[in-house]
Amino acid sequence: MARAPALLGGFELPLEPRLPRIGSVDAVAVEERAASLARRSIKREAKLFALDLAIRMIDLTTLEGADTPGKVAALCSKAIRPDPSDPTIPSVAAVCVYPNLVPTAVASLRGTGVRVASVATAFPSGQTPTGVKVREVEEVVAMGADEVDMVIDRGAFLSGRYARVYDEIVQVKTACGPARLKVILEVGELGTYDNVRRASLLAMAAGADFVKTSTGKLPAAATLPVTLVMLEAIRDVYDETGRLVGMKPAGGIRQAKQAVQYLVQLHETLGPDWMTPDLYRLGASTLLNDVLMQVRKERTGRYQGPDYFTVD
Amino acid sequence: MTDVERRRGASPVPAGWDYAPAPEARDIVRLKERYGLFVGGEWREPRSGERYATIDPASEEPLAEVAQAGREDVALAVAAARDAFDNGWSRLPGSERAKYLFRIARILQERSRELAVLESLNGGKPIKESRDVDLPLAAAHFFYYAGWADKLEYAFPNRRPRPVGVAGQIIPWNFPLLMLAWKVAPALACGNTVVLKPAETTPLTALLFCDVLRQAEVPPGVVNIVTGDGRTGAELVAADVDKIAFTGSTEVGKAIQRQLAGTGKRLTLELGGKAANVIFDDAPLDQAVEGIVNGIYFNQGHVCCAGSRLLVQESVYEEVIRRLKRRMGTLRVGDPLDKNTDLGAINSRAQLEKIEALVEAGKEEGAEIYQPPCRLPEKGYWFAPTVFTSVAQSYRIAQEEIFGPVLSALTFRTPDEAVEKANNTPYGLSAGVWTEKGSRILWMAERLRAGVIWANTYNRFDPASPFGGYKESGFGREGGLHGLEPYLEFE
Repeated sequence: MARAPALLGGFELPLEPRLPRIGSVDAVAVEERAASLARRSIKREAKLFALDLAIRMIDLTTLEGADTPGKVAALCSKAIRPDPSDPTIPSVAAVCVYPNLVPTAVASLRGTGVRVASVATAFPSGQTPTGVKVREVEEVVAMGADEVDMVIDRGAFLSGRYARVYDEIVQVKTACGPARLKVILEVGELGTYDNVRRASLLAMAAGADFVKTSTGKLPAAATLPVTLVMLEAIRDVYDETGRLVGMKPAGGIRQAKQAVQYLVQLHETLGPDWMTPDLYRLGASTLLNDVLMQVRKERTGRYQGPDYFTVD
Repeated sequence: MTDVERRRGASPVPAGWDYAPAPEARDIVRLKERYGLFVGGEWREPRSGERYATIDPASEEPLAEVAQAGREDVALAVAAARDAFDNGWSRLPGSERAKYLFRIARILQERSRELAVLESLNGGKPIKESRDVDLPLAAAHFFYYAGWADKLEYAFPNRRPRPVGVAGQIIPWNFPLLMLAWKVAPALACGNTVVLKPAETTPLTALLFCDVLRQAEVPPGVVNIVTGDGRTGAELVAADVDKIAFTGSTEVGKAIQRQLAGTGKRLTLELGGKAANVIFDDAPLDQAVEGIVNGIYFNQGHVCCAGSRLLVQESVYEEVIRRLKRRMGTLRVGDPLDKNTDLGAINSRAQLEKIEALVEAGKEEGAEIYQPPCRLPEKGYWFAPTVFTSVAQSYRIAQEEIFGPVLSALTFRTPDEAVEKANNTPYGLSAGVWTEKGSRILWMAERLRAGVIWANTYNRFDPASPFGGYKESGFGREGGLHGLEPYLEFE
C-alpha cells in the first residue's frame, strides 16, 4: 500500500518529493482577492469568447434518484447540440451521471466527442469500505465511462487520517485505468481554506487528474474564493513538478455571469494554458440555458424568453 | 488525447482572451471652463488675476482653468472663515453641526459616481479605486465625524473642549477628495471653520465639493476653497489662521514647521513614508503577494503609507519574488476610466520625472530591475510597475520616498533583523507584517516605530482608526477619537 504524505508545513510529501510545501491560506485576504477579480468588467467580444468557452467546459450533470434512461438520453442530446437553432454553439465537454446510467450515456454520446463522466465511490458521502468503492470504479470504467468523479473520505480527512484518504485515491486512480480521475473534496464539509488547500495537494499527490470542489448535494458548494485556493494549489504543483492538473468547480454555478467570473479568475491565476476543457470544467445543469440566453442576447441585443431554450 | 483533438477538429477551442475596453462614461461630469475661488459661500474671481490650466494626466488634455490665489485672495478667504466662525458656526450646538455633516456624507454617496469619475480624470487613478475606495471612505469619514459633533464632552470628559478657530488646511494630490474629507470633517465637527487649499494638480473634486456644500446648505464661509500652487499654500500658512494641517512632502512640512515656530499657531503634519512590508516564512504566501501588490501598486504607489520596502525572510525570498513577478504580469496599466485598469496614470510630469530619476539611481547603484511587459499609452504620464531586487539598505531606492509604483526588495534572517531593518529609516508612518503566528504579530507591533501597522493586510483604512506618523513622517493623528484633538482646545 502506498505511503501517506506527512502534512506538516514545510516538509515534503514523500511520494512526490517535489510537491510544494503545504503552506497556509489567509481567509480574509483570499476572499478579498476573489471579490476583486469578480469585479472585472467583461463586455462584448470578450464576453462572447467567455460564454463560448464556458459551454465547451460544462460537465452537464444530472444526479437524481429519479434519473431514468429517457431523462439521460434527452440530456445527452442537449449536450451534443445545446441550441438546435444555432449550429455555431459548441457541444459541452461531458455528461455526468450516476453509474447505472453510464450505459445509456455511452450509447447516446458514441462518436460525438462528448465524454461520459460517472460519479463513483459511494457518491456523495463516500462512507463505504474502500473495496466496494474500487469495485464501483472498475465497473463504471468497464461500462465505458471516460471520466470518474470520486469523492474523498471526509470522515477520514477530518479525523486526521490523511493516509487513509491518500491510499484510497491511489487505489481508485489505479482502478480508473485510462479514465480520467476527478477528485471531489466536498469543500462545504472541510470547514477551512487551509483544509481545502491540504486536501487539494493530497489529491494531486495521489494522482488526481482534476480536483473538484463539490458534489452539488450540499448547499455550500463551489465559491470563487474556494476555487481560487484550489487554483493556487494547482499552480504550486505545476511549479514544482511540471504536472498540469485540471480544476472543476461544481454546484451553485447557475448564471452566465458567474461562469464569466470563474473564467476571469482562471485566466488571471493559471493563465491561458488552462483555458481549455482539457484542464477546466464547470459542473452544472441549469447554467447551460442561461449561457445560451446570454449568447443570443449579446448577438441580437435582445433577451428571449426561457421557452425559446429547451429544457431537458 | 486524440479523441479530444478529433472532437475539437470541427470547432477548435479558441485561444487568446483579451478583455474588451470597459470605460466608465465620463459625461456624468459637467465641468465649467474656468473656476474661481470659493469664498464666503460664493465664487469669486481671483484678485491675483492669475490662472492656470489643470489637466488630465492620462491624456495631457486641459480640463479647466483654475485660479492661482494670491495673498489678498487668501486673506479674504481667511476673513470669511473668521466671520463664519465668530458669527454662528462655533456657537452652533453640536447636534446642528452634525446635521450638516450627515447631509454632506449622504450627498457624497448620492453623487459618488460623478465625483469618482472626476477624481480619476483629474488625478489619473483607476476608476475602480476612486469608485470603491476614495468615495466610500470620504463619505464614511463625514458620517463618522458627524457622530462625534454632539459628543465632544463625552469624548473628553471634564476637559471643556472648544474649537480652535480658523483652520488652514493644505492637502496632497494622491487622494484629493479623501484627504479633503479627512481634514474638513473633524474640523467642522469640532466647530472650526476652514480654508482649504487642494493640491496644484488636482483641484477639481474640491471645487465640485463646493457644489456639495451648497446643496447641503452649509452656512457661507464655513468652508472656503482656494486653489493654487505652493505659493498659495505659503500664503495660507502665513495668514491669520489658528491652525495649520498639512499633508504632503517632508521637505515642505519642515519649512512650514520652521515658519510657524513661535507663532502660537497649532500644527499637524502628515508627511512622507518608506514603509517596510515584512513577510515571514510562515506567511500565507499567495495572500502576502496580494498584500505586496496592494501595498505598492495601489494608486500607482502615490500613497504616503505605501509598502515600498519589501522585507522578505531569506528562506522564502526566491519563492515570494517569483510569485510577485508573475502577479505583476497580470496588472493592467492604462486608461484610468477603464473599469479593468489596475494602474492608472502618474499624477504629473514632475512626479514622473522624480520617479524616473530615482529608478535610474537604483540601476546605477546596482539593483536588479524587473518590469513586466506592458504597453504604455503614448500620451500622458505612465510608469510600469517595477520591482528592484538585490537592493541594499544603503541604496537611495531603499531610503528615499519614491512615491511611485516602484518596490525595493530586501531580505532578513531573523525577527530581530526584520525589526532593525524596518526601523532603519528617517520615516515612521506605516508597516506591514505577514505571518500566521499571532504572537509574532504582537511582538513586531510592539517594536516597529510606525504610526500604523497592518497585520496580514495592507492599505486598509477606516475612519475610526487613527492615522499618522513617527519621526519625519510627521505628528498629530487623523481619524478616530485622536483625530478630534488637533481641532480642539481644552480648558
